[in-house]
Amino acid sequence: MKKAANDIKRCVACGVCVLQCPREAIDIYKGCHAVVDVMKCVGCGICERACPTGSIKVAEVQDGIK
Amino acid sequence: MASNKTKHWYDYLWIWTIIYFALGFFNILFAWLGMIDFILPLIFAIAGGDKLFCNRFCGRGQLFWVLGKNCKCSRSKPAPRWISSKWFRYGFLAFFMTMFGTMVFQTYLVFAGTNTLRKVIKLFWTFKVPWKWAYNGSVFPDWVAQFGFGFYSLMLTSTLIGLIVMALYKERTWCSFCPMGTMTQGICKIKERCGKS
Repeated sequence: MKKAANDIKRCVACGVCVLQCPREAIDIYKGCHAVVDVMKCVGCGICERACPTGSIKVAEVQDGIK
Repeated sequence: MASNKTKHWYDYLWIWTIIYFALGFFNILFAWLGMIDFILPLIFAIAGGDKLFCNRFCGRGQLFWVLGKNCKCSRSKPAPRWISSKWFRYGFLAFFMTMFGTMVFQTYLVFAGTNTLRKVIKLFWTFKVPWKWAYNGSVFPDWVAQFGFGFYSLMLTSTLIGLIVMALYKERTWCSFCPMGTMTQGICKIKERCGKS
């Protein structure tokens, strides 16, 4: 199943994805980058559309980190 | 979209950004209130080790979202990748801090009596806009007003840049190279690394 995955090297930890996620599946890890809870993520892609850097993308992943 | 979430008082902080610029239009001394936006993120980052300010309390980011998404003033297209690259982010931070330093120096020159108070707003660090209605003397010395004019210029310029990139690209493209965001993320990353070792 497709899930949101975050490129932590590009992520600026602005938190737009957290605010937009309808499932509350995203958190900002200690102000460094966004972390996706793959158990909660349904791969809707709302975070991808909101992300200003293009770091978060819906893809075939295992652990929420690309 | 995300409308099922309960709204908190801090979801309306975009109104504060508008109030801030409105107050500064009438009296430049209110520009000092913008220091809250400078100091609070640093306190959150240094004391809390998080970007709670960006994530929750940034009125400017919220304003870009409200205008871009809710009012549909944004193309919502991905920004060029270099905008969120490390060299551009840290380069912009260095540039921004240099300009901030220059502004503080200008304030010092008025404090020292070398320069007189100039009632102008400088947009994009280049264009001078007369702003003399916003100050007619006060109980404070002139350098306090000079800092106000300089700081208001900085706040207005950065908001205008943010509005331009909001219209052209994603709503909160400004966040990807916001100097405060870069600085606080840098602090958080150092703290996180130190916590591990």
